[in-house]
Amino acid sequence: MAEASYPEGLLYHPAHDWARVEGEAATFGITWFAQDAVGEVVFFEPPAPGTAVVKDQPYAEIESVKAVSEVIAPLSGEVVEVNRAVETDPETVNADPYGAGWMVQVRLTDLAEAGELLDAAAYRELVGGA
Amino acid sequence: MNSDLLERTVLHPRHRQAGGRLVPFAGWAMPVQYEGIGAEHEAVRGGAGVFDVSHMGQIETRGPEAEAFLQRLLSNDLAELEVGGAQYGLLCRDDGGVLDDLFTYALEGGAYLTVTNAANHQKDLAWFEEKADDFEVEVRDCRLEWAMLAVQGPMAREKLGRLAAGELPPRLGSARLAIAGVECLVCGTGYTGEDGCELLVPPSGAGLAWDALLDQGVVPAGLGARDTLRLEVCFHLYGNDLSEDRNPLEAGLSWCCKPETGFIGSEAIAAAEPTEILVPFVFLDKGIPRQGNEIRTEHGVGEVTSGTLSPSLGCGIGMGYVPIADSAPGTEIAVDVRGQVRRAEVRSKPLYRREG
Repeated sequence: MAEASYPEGLLYHPAHDWARVEGEAATFGITWFAQDAVGEVVFFEPPAPGTAVVKDQPYAEIESVKAVSEVIAPLSGEVVEVNRAVETDPETVNADPYGAGWMVQVRLTDLAEAGELLDAAAYRELVGGA
Repeated sequence: MNSDLLERTVLHPRHRQAGGRLVPFAGWAMPVQYEGIGAEHEAVRGGAGVFDVSHMGQIETRGPEAEAFLQRLLSNDLAELEVGGAQYGLLCRDDGGVLDDLFTYALEGGAYLTVTNAANHQKDLAWFEEKADDFEVEVRDCRLEWAMLAVQGPMAREKLGRLAAGELPPRLGSARLAIAGVECLVCGTGYTGEDGCELLVPPSGAGLAWDALLDQGVVPAGLGARDTLRLEVCFHLYGNDLSEDRNPLEAGLSWCCKPETGFIGSEAIAAAEPTEILVPFVFLDKGIPRQGNEIRTEHGVGEVTSGTLSPSLGCGIGMGYVPIADSAPGTEIAVDVRGQVRRAEVRSKPLYRREG
């Protein structure tokens, strides 16, 4: 995805992660800004299903050729599913960060936390977008 | 680091124009990539790429005792270097610790040009100047007099040849030659394992040469690809694989150390009994080794000095220091990548070799 994009309807964490919340379930990924900063993602190892993730804490690492970056959990919960397609083809994160490039699905443990995240407009402002 | 304080090469505007991502490197703002490291790596392995390496420094040595002086400073045998040649060597401390690894070119009139790593330039220069007191030589810092382009890849010579006013120098040779009308010192050297040349260009002509190369279809490549390319062929990176704390024997560079020349450090090196040696390795497991990762072997521990994902091999690769007893190709070792232990195997150099 060549152009910056921050879809409406997602919640954004200032550490450049997004969450799509549907009831008690949420999908996590990294934002366009994050994948652009990291460059070509060449390695992603997801956490095991059942792993507890804590808001603001790293739950996985992504690696480009040059660097390792932590992926921060935007919300707390338990991992119920991981995206094996990204493990196989890490560049999916660059190509489609909000779609096929999702990272984990989580059962949320504290629904109130979602109120602390940013909407698309606020996040766009944070990353200096229009 | 405040990016305003970084030095810019004369090609800086062209890097921006080409979509280069500029990052701080050894005090310079340098392009780490343009389109992407993978594509640039591929371009150099399969076609031709050009790197701006103007951050590298140059020291000129001339005078009646220039050869004797460099023979004393550099580890290789300068007597074998003739005008039109290029030679790799090390600059060592008295205790054998490596100050820098560098190429020296013999110029006309008994002068020599030595190319330094950007981060080491001032240190090297001070070392040259200090040692010059005992010789009838003139040592001159000329790092601002040269921009430098590395044109690399199986198609590099063909594309460069179309712009050259004469025959390109052979591998490990050098020649004064106009490239796209710009008088250059063209050197048959590089840092990618591919054929090609490095051009020492007057800064005023660097843009012309760059543009002409791009017009020939040469792909701009950044420091990111430069690192994956050099690591696949196991070229040392100073600051990673080489340091003042390691001597040339440990670094596997005894081939460019000629003790009979009496270079500074030669006695210490001859007396050294290293217990570790630098080896290349490939991962048998998934994952990517990184500088600083611990290596575990049968006889002890070691450390990864360079690591990446090899675009050509599709697996994690690296170099690191291991106990000599565990350094034979085929030896299985383990690398602790931030808590995940990955299996790896020691290999011989280079890790990547062109087919056929």
